[in-house]
Formats: sequence, structure tokens, C-alpha cells
Amino acid sequence: MDIKILGSGCAKCQTLESLTRDGIAELGLDAAFEHVTDPAEIASWGVMSTPALVIDDEVVLSGRVPSATEVRELLADR
Amino acid sequence: MVPATDPGGGVVTAATAAGTASTHGARRWVVLGVAAVVWASAYQLNLRWWNWVIYSAVGLRRGTRVADSVHFFFFDVTKIALLLTGVIFVVTVLRSFMSVERTRALLGGRREGVGNVLAAGLGVVTPFCSCSAVPAFIGFVAAGVPLGVTLSFLIASPLVNEVAIVLLFGLFGWKVTAMYVAGGVVIAIVAGSFLGRLRLERWVEPFVFETRLRGKVVDPSSGLSWDDRLAMGREEVVSILRKIWPYLLVGIGLGAVLHGWVPANWFAEHASSSWWGVPLAVVIGVPLYSNAAGVLPLVEVLHAKGVPMGTVLAFMMSVVALSTPELILLRRVLKPQLIATYFGVVAAGILATGYVFNLIT
Repeated sequence: MDIKILGSGCAKCQTLESLTRDGIAELGLDAAFEHVTDPAEIASWGVMSTPALVIDDEVVLSGRVPSATEVRELLADR
Repeated sequence: MVPATDPGGGVVTAATAAGTASTHGARRWVVLGVAAVVWASAYQLNLRWWNWVIYSAVGLRRGTRVADSVHFFFFDVTKIALLLTGVIFVVTVLRSFMSVERTRALLGGRREGVGNVLAAGLGVVTPFCSCSAVPAFIGFVAAGVPLGVTLSFLIASPLVNEVAIVLLFGLFGWKVTAMYVAGGVVIAIVAGSFLGRLRLERWVEPFVFETRLRGKVVDPSSGLSWDDRLAMGREEVVSILRKIWPYLLVGIGLGAVLHGWVPANWFAEHASSSWWGVPLAVVIGVPLYSNAAGVLPLVEVLHAKGVPMGTVLAFMMSVVALSTPELILLRRVLKPQLIATYFGVVAAGILATGYVFNLIT
């Protein structure tokens, strides 16, 4: 599984990253993790509101911090 | 406030599931109603409560500098905290129906002119964090929104923000608030149109136009339940209060000292009626990195001591609209010439607004 957090380093982006890391650990998944801070690359994903979560090259969430449950569901869906 | 888990657990039949869902729904609105009543009562009782605490319980003598400053501090902190809590909650819930993605869709294909007006208006209502300014800029321009229209959005968004509106309303009433909002929107429209006319695309970093948007757009405003939206409101209140409380306390503390020690009309007698009041306010305001919450308590006292409304509002606008960190972020996509022009045009707009407000108030 390939996971990207798109964020400009804001507090909400850090929260999303730690939520996602927790989710991966809980589900026992094997994932490559990347925190993308380059605004050009963020924009090229079509994302304009950070933080955003990209799983396996698909934007699944943007512009808000989800609940831990929602993150787990998003990860389990893949 | 609203319990998120179903304590029943286990096997739930379809009928009871529907039943718990609707009682849960009803309960959510009852909780919200009770919270609204508590809020309104607290707001009403604030002055009487601090009168009683400071002048009766603690026994400081009304009319002395110390007593009045202390009273001002506690009364104002409570009032502003209540206003921020209530209005940020309501605004965030309402704004959860809007998003930058939706705004871009509305702006796509608009001509300049109409586009600038719409962009400035949308800048006020769209939830937007200046930390996303760069991806949003690229997203707008790469999707074909004209540069000037994009800039109208980027100017309006920090200038007319909900914290500023709440505080202005609480401290000065609706007339000044309406003036501020109108002034901010006009600056955003005019500055954006003007910058658009200058054809400054050559001063935008070329990669912006070359960016190809891939992936599907996820609109953050769609697919949310009422519980999600209310939760977003609560979280936003906590996160904004956590971020601004030091500014607020310092601002109100300074305000309280000025309130007690600077004689009324001191500024009116000494300085501010002269023509250089407004430019001075802008020159001091631009490098100050604060936010509406930190500046407004000061603004309130300065105005009470005789600084004219236009000067005071120009000061506030220059603090919130032109912040160095945001300009440093924008440097990623704009060349220094465009940043300087942007800066100059917005500052000129603020100056003009300050003079106009001084004339009409």
C-alpha cells in the first residue's frame, strides 16, 4: 500500500499523519509512507484544501481531519 | 456533548436502528438548543457578574484606575471568548457546506469583472486556511480562473474573516462591521481587477501554468452528516481558541492598561486628526504579525481614546490582510515583482478605505 499525506506542514496535517500511522499499525498493514509538502505537487493532485490523504494514487480525503474510525475505514476499504 | 457511540451494541434490528437514529437526531438538536440558551444567558449576565465580582466580592472601588482596568480585562475576556465560541461554531457549521473546490467550480469560465465580484464574495464565505494558499492558487490558475479573479479571492479571504467580523460586531456594533466588510470586499474587487488589467502573468512562476491536474477532485463539503458538521464546528472553536488565546490576553491586557491610564480623547487632541494618521497606521500594521483577535482589543481602546474609526480600521486591515508569512508562501508561485505590486495595490486600497471611513464617520 502506498500512502501519501499532502500537507503544508500545518497542525492539521500532522494530526492526519499520526492518525493514519495509527490506523496502519492497528490494521497491521504494510505501507510506504510519504508526507508531501511541495505545493506544486499537492496542487497537481487536484487538491486545494490541505490536509489530504492519498491511498494508492487516489485522493480519498481532502480539506479536513477525519475521525480515527473514518481513517480506519478508508484504509480497510483498499 | 453528543455521544458518538451506541451503548447498546450487539445485534440491532432494522426497526430499532431507525428508532435510535431518530432519537439520536432529536437529542442532538436538544443539546444544541440548551447550549444556545446557556450561551445567551452567559452573554447577558456577563456585565452584572463582573460588576458584582470586582466591585462587591473583591471590593475594588469603582472609578479608580486599577479597579476599572481589572474590570475591563475580565469583562472583555469573557465577552470576546463567548462571542468567538458562538459565532465560530455557527460560521463553521454553515461554511461546511462550502469549499474551495466548489468556489473554483463557480469561478471557472467567468470573465474578469463579474468574476472579481464573485471571487471577493466567495472569499468571505469559503472556509480557507492561508496554509493552503499556494495549492489553491495553482489549482485556480491551472483550471483557467483568470489571475486577477484568483487574486480577488486571495485578498478577500484573510481580510474579511469570521474572527474579525465577530469581534468588530461585539465591540463596535453592526454599522462598523458592515463598513468593514463592505470596505474589505471592495478592496478585493478593485485590487484584483486592477492587477488583472496589468497582465502580470509573466510574473507568475511558469510551472503554475504547466501544472497538469490529475486525480479526481474530492470536495470536502460533500458527504457529511449533521453530526460531522457539528463536530467540525466544535473542533474549529477549540482549535481557534487554542491558537489565539495568547494574542487575545495580551491584546486585552494592553487594552485594559490603556483603558485605565490614557485619558479619553488623548489621541484626538495629540495626533490623529492629521492627514498622516492613516498611512502611519498602515506602516505600523503591515509588519505586525498578529491576527484579528490580538489587534481588536487594542483597536477598541485606541478608538475609545479618540483615534478616528477609519484610521483604526486601516490599522486592523493592514495587520490581517498583509502578513509576511503568507507573502513568503506566495513567493513559491509569484515572482518578487508581482508580490511587490500585489502588496502595493492592497496597501493603497487600505489607505483609501481608511480615508473614506474617516470622512464618513
